[in-house]
Amino acid sequence: MTNGLIAKDKDIVVPGEVLATGLDYLPGYGTYRAGDMIHANMLGLTSIEGRTVKLIPLSGKYIPKTGDVIIAKVFDVTFSGWRAEVNSAYTALLSLKEGTSNFVERGADLTQYYTFGDYMVCRIVNVTSQNLIDLTMRGPGLRKLSEGRIMTITPCKVPRVIGKKGSMIAMIKDATECQIIVGQNGWIWMVGLDGKKEAIASQAIKLIEREAHTSGLTERVKEFLEKETGKKLTIAESE
Amino acid sequence: MTYKREDGRKQTETRPIDAKVGVVANAVGSAMFRIGKTIAYAAVYGPRELYPKFLQDPSKGVLRCNYNMMPFASSGERSRPGPNRRAKEISMVTEKALLPAIDLSKFPNAVVDVFIELPQCDAGSRCAGICAASMALADAGIVMKDLVSAVAVGRVEDQILVDLNYIEDSYEGGADIPVAMMPSTGKVTLLQMDGVIKKEQLKKALELAHETCKHIYEVQKSALKQKFGVGSK
Repeated sequence: MTNGLIAKDKDIVVPGEVLATGLDYLPGYGTYRAGDMIHANMLGLTSIEGRTVKLIPLSGKYIPKTGDVIIAKVFDVTFSGWRAEVNSAYTALLSLKEGTSNFVERGADLTQYYTFGDYMVCRIVNVTSQNLIDLTMRGPGLRKLSEGRIMTITPCKVPRVIGKKGSMIAMIKDATECQIIVGQNGWIWMVGLDGKKEAIASQAIKLIEREAHTSGLTERVKEFLEKETGKKLTIAESE
Repeated sequence: MTYKREDGRKQTETRPIDAKVGVVANAVGSAMFRIGKTIAYAAVYGPRELYPKFLQDPSKGVLRCNYNMMPFASSGERSRPGPNRRAKEISMVTEKALLPAIDLSKFPNAVVDVFIELPQCDAGSRCAGICAASMALADAGIVMKDLVSAVAVGRVEDQILVDLNYIEDSYEGGADIPVAMMPSTGKVTLLQMDGVIKKEQLKKALELAHETCKHIYEVQKSALKQKFGVGSK
């Protein structure tokens, strides 16, 4: 049997597909070794870094990680905090202590801070092995969202929407003059001066989501935005 | 006197196969698998929290399959919609056929729901359902060792045939053997049989099933890749 790579870099592979043979390569995320061969164990894009073969997932639900800034939606108010949906397989908990810095009297009505259906930007402080998620509102930029619209994209496309050092999202903000917050969980909040500009921004994001696995995307998004807004744009240089 | 297939196929030839991924916009993952006149649609929802709570498994996620034949799917009469004894059995074997391939250990207390709908059937529906479901699971980003491919093999008179249609499937005195496997390792995840068959014939039938599953795997693979605009039909 020959040693070496079978899949090329940036190939789309399906579960079970052989990526490499022999012991020259190491299995990274999204792959496993069976005997002499490295197989893919999910649908993804191959990424070869030195001797490691790993996959970048193309689909799937959001997997919560400590430190992620996400957008959450309150669906329950309890004695000691709020429970929120975070577009993952599990729901999250925002405790009273993490939710507000105000003094809250025993038995006070917690809906005055956040109530059912409220969206907020928050950070994940802890994820347990059983996937219990703890949120916090303490930190810069973390707040309740009172206006605007929410759209949903596949969570694994979020890095593409943000771009290198935020270049992609900065370009969209610049072109459409919208305020946009991209949650790591695939929920995106935006508010603009008028509905038209919001629509352009959301179309641009949809375009990125659809073509996230292709190269030269920034150029195409730039073209799209220039056509729609009639503004001349520059792509932010990333070192 | 050898049996001649009424649609003129060779013994080892399947009906025309067509597969497509991403057919249900609101599902996390979805796929269509068509083999001859049998069409299966599968939609995957989840992983999501499982209720009622007593069904939850704190050590790993749960897979839940639902096989449903639509009221006018098979030839002739309208069948009563909703689950019947047959559909429940097939849902169960589908679940067991898919489970060895997928890894839900990262999703304790959660469930992955697979809904398989069959708008039109001409035998081989559980196999088509399994093929569609495994593509839909991959499309949903579930961690899987391998795709699962399935095909029915069987005996009509003394001939071993691949991918039986309804006439062959219901042939008097024959045998019908649905087989699902992980094609790259050849591990069998579903093996059922209706009728009687000799040991040697069964061996030959299983070999043919393995060959055919490899072929179906290629179709599934290219359908998944095609969703992202690469690969050929």
